[in-house]
Amino acid sequence: MFRKLHDPGANTVTVHVDGHAMTAEAGESVAAVLLRLPEGWSRKTPVSHSPRAPFCMMGVCFECLVEIDGQGSVQACMTPVRDGMRISRQTGRRSLSA
Amino acid sequence: MQPDIIVIGGGTVGAALAYGLARRHVAVQLLDGDDGDFRAARANFGLVWLQGKGLGLPAYQSLTRRSIGLWRGFCDQLETETGSALSYQDEGGLVFCLGEQGYEDRRLALMRLDNQRDEGDPAWEMLERPALENLLGAITLGPKVTGASFGRTDGHVNPLLLLAALHSGIKRYGGSIRYGARVERIMPDGNGFTLRLAGETLKAPRIVIAAGLGSRDLALQVGLDVPVRPQRGQVLVTERIDPLLRLPASGLRQTAEGTIMIGATQEDCGYDVETTADAAARLSRKTVEIIPALAGLKLVRQWAGLRVMTPDSYPIYVQSETHPGAFVTLCHSGVTLAAFHADILAQAILGGALPDFLSPFHQRRFDVPKVA
Repeated sequence: MFRKLHDPGANTVTVHVDGHAMTAEAGESVAAVLLRLPEGWSRKTPVSHSPRAPFCMMGVCFECLVEIDGQGSVQACMTPVRDGMRISRQTGRRSLSA
Repeated sequence: MQPDIIVIGGGTVGAALAYGLARRHVAVQLLDGDDGDFRAARANFGLVWLQGKGLGLPAYQSLTRRSIGLWRGFCDQLETETGSALSYQDEGGLVFCLGEQGYEDRRLALMRLDNQRDEGDPAWEMLERPALENLLGAITLGPKVTGASFGRTDGHVNPLLLLAALHSGIKRYGGSIRYGARVERIMPDGNGFTLRLAGETLKAPRIVIAAGLGSRDLALQVGLDVPVRPQRGQVLVTERIDPLLRLPASGLRQTAEGTIMIGATQEDCGYDVETTADAAARLSRKTVEIIPALAGLKLVRQWAGLRVMTPDSYPIYVQSETHPGAFVTLCHSGVTLAAFHADILAQAILGGALPDFLSPFHQRRFDVPKVA
């Protein structure tokens, strides 16, 4: 979908989206990384399973919810990347193991 | 065409009654309020519940039991008639107990109630923690949970879909519903009642006041003083998740859509319908004590509604003696009692007299001179 215009060089970090390593730049948001996913979607809604991607990029639309390091439904646009972060896309309703 | 009966109040109580009347081929007109009114029916938690109810008034236990006995048939009929699915489940319900003392307190409370039971089988049992875990499947309970009381006939339903289905059912049977209809004045005349609304009047030989917190002013105009006050209840709801809770519990249930509803506070703060962070924190803490993993869920909404409370918390069913043909029906368990309202109560109001078994719910029980 989108691609990064510059090489982050020394600021490069690695995150894992659904188990696949992706490079990111320290300081950018998880949502920015999600926009670079080739499939073009970062979650499927709980009711209609319609595919969604980050939209407002400022914390109000809640379209960019993902699971980050085991915490579900986190707003990716409000979360800066961290080296080693594990991100999972949510498809439909989450399943909580209690 | 002049209706036979006007029901004032389009919440779950008034709508169930009007639906029952419409099904009985009565020309019924339902007057619903507007969005600025207090609408307990739209803040409801959605339990259809018996266990723990009726201490001090065995007739209320019987009434509740009777309504739950009617609920499945009522629900099937309403679903068939309106094509809606109300997500009614009646496989039992739980009240979780925390600590040994909590378990013992709950057992004793239900024993006391059971001693006042005047009909039917005991519909509850205490479950110690292992039995409870067995019943709930793969859920890890918090360390303080010692067990639960299990009500065999308890259940839950989608209260908003219930309300919508009742409105739809009324219309299907030829009843009419007026929205945004505020009754300003009730004027009894020789052969019925004239209701003054903004800019018009309506007439009917019989009226039912089921206007929740708005009922007091209206009932005074037909010679009845019904003491009713608001009690705030706040509810939280989470994001939708896959099915997790097999049974509803008091204050904790998973809806058919997947959300977890958490409730509810009982607060005396007048007509204030604000939500508070304090209530959100208390309700969340209580829930996580029961099922710790729920801490990982996102809350999506918190709301407050006002329960329709009487001094002893029990319903009021009464026909005015000074103005026969005017009835008042008030309660805060409009969902549980909906099946009764749509059936036995509708039949009684159609017949013009309330049955003897409803006499414990006459408003005169509050007419006791205050002792200094």
